[in-house]
Amino acid sequence: METTFYIAGAVAVIATILVIMSYNLIHALLYLVVSFLAVAVVFFTLGATFMAALEVIIYAGAIVVLIIFVIMMLNLTYEDVQQERSWMKPSVWIGPSILSFVLLAELVYMVVATEAPQTTGAAIDAKAVGLALYGPYMLGVQLCGILLMAGIVGAYHLGRQKKKVVHRFLERSAAS
Amino acid sequence: MSNIPMEAGLLLAGILFMLGMVSVMIRRNIIFMLISVEIMLNAAGLAFIVAGSHWAQPDGQIMFIFILTMAAAEVSVGLALILQIYHQLKTLDSDAANFMKG
Amino acid sequence: MAAFLWLIPALPFAGALLLVLLGSRLPRALVTAIGVGSVGISAAITLLLGFEYLSERPAFYHQELWNWFNVAGFSPSVAFHLDALSMVFIFVITFVGFLIHVYSTEYMADDPDYTRFFACMNLFVGSMLVLVLADNMLLLYLGWEGVGLCSYLLIGFWYKEPANGYAARKAFLITRVGDTAMAIGLFMLFQTFGTLHIQTISTEAVQVWEVGTQLAVIIAFLLLGGAVGKSGQLPLQTWLPDAMAGPTPVSALIHAATMVTAGVYLIARMHVLFELAPAAQMAVAVIGAVTLLLAGCAALTQYDLKRVLAYSTISQIGYMFLALGVGAWSAAVFHFMIHGFFKALLFLCAGAIILALHHEQDMRRMGGLQKKLPVVFWTFLIGAASLAAVPLVSAGFYSKDQILWLQLAGENGSIWLYLAALLGAFITSVYTFRMVFLTFYGDSKTHVGHQPTLAIRLPLIVLAVLSLAGGFIELPHNFGHVVLFSDFLSPILPAVSVVPDFSRYEWMLQLLAATVSLSGIFIAYLIYLKKPDLRASIHRSDTAMALHRFWHSGWGFDKLYDMLLVRPYVFLAKINKQDVIDSFYTFIVRLSEFFHLLFARSQNGLLRHYVMGIVVGAIMILTITILL
Repeated sequence: METTFYIAGAVAVIATILVIMSYNLIHALLYLVVSFLAVAVVFFTLGATFMAALEVIIYAGAIVVLIIFVIMMLNLTYEDVQQERSWMKPSVWIGPSILSFVLLAELVYMVVATEAPQTTGAAIDAKAVGLALYGPYMLGVQLCGILLMAGIVGAYHLGRQKKKVVHRFLERSAAS
Repeated sequence: MSNIPMEAGLLLAGILFMLGMVSVMIRRNIIFMLISVEIMLNAAGLAFIVAGSHWAQPDGQIMFIFILTMAAAEVSVGLALILQIYHQLKTLDSDAANFMKG
Repeated sequence: MAAFLWLIPALPFAGALLLVLLGSRLPRALVTAIGVGSVGISAAITLLLGFEYLSERPAFYHQELWNWFNVAGFSPSVAFHLDALSMVFIFVITFVGFLIHVYSTEYMADDPDYTRFFACMNLFVGSMLVLVLADNMLLLYLGWEGVGLCSYLLIGFWYKEPANGYAARKAFLITRVGDTAMAIGLFMLFQTFGTLHIQTISTEAVQVWEVGTQLAVIIAFLLLGGAVGKSGQLPLQTWLPDAMAGPTPVSALIHAATMVTAGVYLIARMHVLFELAPAAQMAVAVIGAVTLLLAGCAALTQYDLKRVLAYSTISQIGYMFLALGVGAWSAAVFHFMIHGFFKALLFLCAGAIILALHHEQDMRRMGGLQKKLPVVFWTFLIGAASLAAVPLVSAGFYSKDQILWLQLAGENGSIWLYLAALLGAFITSVYTFRMVFLTFYGDSKTHVGHQPTLAIRLPLIVLAVLSLAGGFIELPHNFGHVVLFSDFLSPILPAVSVVPDFSRYEWMLQLLAATVSLSGIFIAYLIYLKKPDLRASIHRSDTAMALHRFWHSGWGFDKLYDMLLVRPYVFLAKINKQDVIDSFYTFIVRLSEFFHLLFARSQNGLLRHYVMGIVVGAIMILTITILL
């Protein structure tokens, strides 16, 4: 199990690096699926089997498919890939990378420096999760329902095609 | 069940989070930024799972479910916004949407 | 009936509220009905309540409405306390106030701000009622300040004239000096007794303090400061003549029923405290005596009809203070009541004259109105007789005579105070009849435009009757010995202790007072009517004219204050125009402006930079966490 964890972790990291380095959106999405699947394996090794399944279904399935649909609607071409390549200059990515590495270093330091008490990690099955979810976390579940509702309404409202340009600033810039 | 050290799991989550963050900062394509946010959310969920597994508590997984719900809602609204931006500006460049600059 | 006590102040307030909120949309008839009616119903309730009070003779009516607030054991209630003293005051306030309101319907008929006028008047009456009915000093102070506010609003009623606005500000600021002193006095009272409930203070003060305790004297002086400010006594009297800038009914209301008498009420109400502080009580008497002389002399020289009346008010209130100062509490309140009648009458007559003469207020351009305005003439004459204390017939004689008599007969009195009062009485009758002769006799100089109708005549006649008959409820010992009024007040205000075996001089003193009053009238008759040469010779004399100018300017108090206070203040303000302290705040403003510009630059509309900002923030926080 331990080996599986490390291999899956490595795959996840590499796939994610490839996501952020690729210029083609579709390629990036495929790497993203790989990354999600690898994380699902990590979940499995940690004993969260139900979460592994959810990760595959919702992240690697639903969300990625949703993004692909949108990409298809946007009708992207080879020029977009070229543009992506031209945007990715060292001057753009060096600064953020250094910042992130500092942050990562700090995180690592905090994780390593803090003495965590050793416990025997036990697998938690879906039943325990379900009992907790519909027990003490009932309110959270209901709030999630409201959030999803808001998401649906918001997406519908924003996604409507408006023939007229809505904003005068946008109108001017669209004209220029 | 497993004797994977918690530090390893948290480190993995940290690295994934950091990669997503770098990506948000260096990309101009707005869909890439959305994808990167998904990576960061996923990493946060991973950290919860690791902690939950370490303490043998279901709460970590429940937090992951909440994050998942939130990510789903966020992606649907985010994509609708992207469509709007694309229709208005005819580009996916996030820098083009800078009308609110001070 | 006592359950309706709260209605007496509530009705004018309700009227004011209605007029303020809906006034502009209401027809004028309805505005009149609300404005006059609210005070009228209050007056009716007051009368009914007064009859009940007279037949039942309880110590007092008390009505607690609600608890105002409750902080750290201090819980003043909004409660009304009606005893004989407040009974007299609310009677004068509502009744005279009502007559003035009736009068105003005609006087202000052509004014575009008719509604605002009645709203302010109602508020004024309501505030004054709260003041006199208040059960604790805090509520009293609320009414006190309400009266100050309304006086500001009404003196500056014709605010388009800058001078009127100036007069209003002057009234507000000068009374504020007194109010501040009074507020400090209230703080000290609260510190000593832990309450501001008037009855509690009155009963406890006697137990806590001995006569002449320093704290009691200080508090009494501070309260006296408040009373002096509101009542226009020396040295805070300068606002009162300028307060004539307001419409004449306002002057009548300020001078007769409300505002200036608040000081008299305050001292009478807190008489226990003043009895414990002989020094302060002596100061009350001295202030009264000096004020009545100064104001009387100033009144002699004024040409503006209303200014004469204003100075005469100051002078008459001086008499009340004099009476208060020697402990003749009920005499002061009696004089207050009679003064309320005849001063309202005089002001309303003056208003009728001013209205008839197209807003001409200068007496030099009046004259010969005796035939043209007969009702006004006769009522004015009655009012003037009362003011000049014409013996036997006028109410003013009985009230003033009582004060004069008690100056000598009272144990606290002194011959000097008596002489001052006597001299004041002489001056009073001179300037009063100077006013009468200049206005109503001689040649007519200005065309009479407006004949007063019923709304003006009725209040005049009612007040004239009261000015004559009001005196008969309290007659001297040797002359009928009617003591209805002092009996009525005796549960509240202790009777003055008279020096024994003194009453045999009473006849003599009364005769003296009558002679003085009549000789004053005679001298006015000589100078202003019979012998114009005498007047001309006075005008030729340089010293007399210098004195005339000096008195005309009200003994130069305005100039003195201008030189002592206003100029140095303005000078200092000019020096410190570039305020040192202010520059510090300017610096803060500059600094925040600088940072604003700096940070505004970071608002560049690029999403990536915002994310980067968040990351930098996260790094900072984490670093701090690690380092700590």
